[in-house]
Amino acid sequence: MSNLIASVVAEPGCVSRFRLAEWDLLIRQARHSNLLARVHTHLQNHGQMTLVPEEAARHLNWASTLASRHADLVRLEIEEIHRALAPLGGPVVLLKGAAYLAAGLPAGRGRVFTDIDILVRRPDLERSEKALQKQGWATTHLNRYDQKYYRKWMHELPPMKHTVRKSLVDVHHGILPPTSRLSPSAEKLFSAIVPVAGWDGLYTLSREDMVLHSACHLFHDGEFEHGLRDLVDMDALLREFAREAGYWEKLVDRALDMDLIRPLFYALTYCRSLLDTPVPEQTLQRVRDEARVPSPVLDLMDNLLRRGLSPAHHSCEDRFTGLAHWLLYVRSHYLRMPFHLLLPHLAHQAFVVPINQRMAEREKTRTPTLQQLLARRARLPDEHRDP
Amino acid sequence: MVVGDFSARDLARRLRRDGVTLHIGPFSVNLRSALPDVISGAHLLYRDYRVSESPFADFHVSVETPAGLRRWLKPQVFFSLDGNRPFKPLPRPQALATLEWGLNWCISAHCHQYLILHAAVAEKNGLAVMFPARPGAGKSTLTAGLVSRGWRLFSDELALLSLDEPGILTPVPRPINLKNESIAVIREFAPQSTMGPVVADTNKGTVAHMRAPVNSIERSSEPARPGFIVFPRFVGGSPTILDPESKARSFMTMAQQSFNFHVLADTAFDALHRTVSSCNCHELTYSNLDEAVYVLDELVADREVAAG
Repeated sequence: MSNLIASVVAEPGCVSRFRLAEWDLLIRQARHSNLLARVHTHLQNHGQMTLVPEEAARHLNWASTLASRHADLVRLEIEEIHRALAPLGGPVVLLKGAAYLAAGLPAGRGRVFTDIDILVRRPDLERSEKALQKQGWATTHLNRYDQKYYRKWMHELPPMKHTVRKSLVDVHHGILPPTSRLSPSAEKLFSAIVPVAGWDGLYTLSREDMVLHSACHLFHDGEFEHGLRDLVDMDALLREFAREAGYWEKLVDRALDMDLIRPLFYALTYCRSLLDTPVPEQTLQRVRDEARVPSPVLDLMDNLLRRGLSPAHHSCEDRFTGLAHWLLYVRSHYLRMPFHLLLPHLAHQAFVVPINQRMAEREKTRTPTLQQLLARRARLPDEHRDP
Repeated sequence: MVVGDFSARDLARRLRRDGVTLHIGPFSVNLRSALPDVISGAHLLYRDYRVSESPFADFHVSVETPAGLRRWLKPQVFFSLDGNRPFKPLPRPQALATLEWGLNWCISAHCHQYLILHAAVAEKNGLAVMFPARPGAGKSTLTAGLVSRGWRLFSDELALLSLDEPGILTPVPRPINLKNESIAVIREFAPQSTMGPVVADTNKGTVAHMRAPVNSIERSSEPARPGFIVFPRFVGGSPTILDPESKARSFMTMAQQSFNFHVLADTAFDALHRTVSSCNCHELTYSNLDEAVYVLDELVADREVAAG
């Protein structure tokens, strides 16, 4: 069935042809792809909200209410992170959603995300972790395997959760794991960072690096759980940045410089083919020539990515969707670390983790008191609480 | 067309295939399930709800059993919102309760046009009374008692308060969730009421659902102004006492027990402030349901005279 989100992003005017059945499906696809608020923003920016029937409009408004409150909270968290880390004096770079929001980019409007990603210089990493701990953030993933895995092999610390506000911060020192097949230099990223107005010591990546990071996250590191959402982000970034003369050339030059041409190739190809992002033909041609993806790989990847980038809704799934997601997951791990490191890790994830989870669940379900149960109900409505 | 117009077989066939879309208060819910107890439960408890022909539904929900071994071994049941399973599975006998809890979640986690308070609401003579929940307070029992004596059911669980001025309450009448001793109490108090199957050993003890009065369902598009906030407190053996309650405490309790106060922030603060200011706030200590209903009847009757 059709990907209605892509249709709306590519051509907002298409909603004038929607009947109620299409609105029903659009809302469902967008809810599952975490894009309801984004669809609202998009339709509003294009003056199409008046065409939305009342039944569907209220779902978009509900999501928009949640998203704007979310944005307020993220701003407060950025403030807190800044307060914790500013005394260290090193640059703190906001990544992804938090960066789009702080930089006032259209990609930040109506985007709902659960954690704030920041990048600090490798030598500042330990001090940053300590400084965040002092302000109430504590590490998660308390088992020894995960702690070691993150600290030894990853480009980020285990996620840190604030003990009172429950907000999550991912502290990165690079944008890909050191063992990864591609190795963009973190130093080069820092050489191009852009200050955030009004916040001394806070930065975002440059306009080129923002797109490359997003591309790299999706097409190399491969988290397809929010595949479509990330592609829609890139579309919004590219549409905004393309207003600057010479942007496309600079983007490709930077990708070559950073060793990220292949992720950029996939990003531009699928932005254009699924969301009609106005990528110039000659840019696409140049990226294609530079990336040199062999055509059998291209065909296979096309089959996987078209499924990985569909809304996470059963209307867009076929019998190969599950397999495609699994293969993309394996691919991302394969690109992340060499086989002799990967196999023990995947074995751990496949066998040890479920057993540990089961044990932890058992521990938890051991007869809570009535008081506890009722307290649980009255808590903030958490997406994954017990009923 | 209401659910009861379908034969049991016809309803089962529809629920198994495309589902049936019901009007539940201001929402439309497309329900699917192949489980016999959910089908018969829906036929009984949702008998009087209008069936929607619209291709649009606010929530597409289903109650289903997991595939694989768990179908036979300690069988479980899932609530699913359009393929997403927001909760951990529950034991198989709790399928109907899973549906009710799942629907509560659908409303409270999404519908931010309202300030959604954890409170029962019932209306008489055009005045709505809100019964915010304090744990173990017996708000569902009291609500079941009231609606068995002519009050109109808005909800036994979720008060939908509009954010505009002046705030009104929107009904979303659903089966009333009775727990433990309340089941027998209501059976005796209102023998004419219809009760769904009794399920033991849930998270909340033994539960059963009482069908919402047909009149409340038919009038579910009529909102009402809140006139009173009454905190019920069931104390075994106690006489019936209606005490004034401080507005500040009422406000704080209701804010804490709201589902989306944190989402609406200052808008929620203003709406709740206006509502608490305009309502009389009380605490009702009771053990005898007859007396409690009588006191509340008198309360709304007095206000009418005062208003008139």
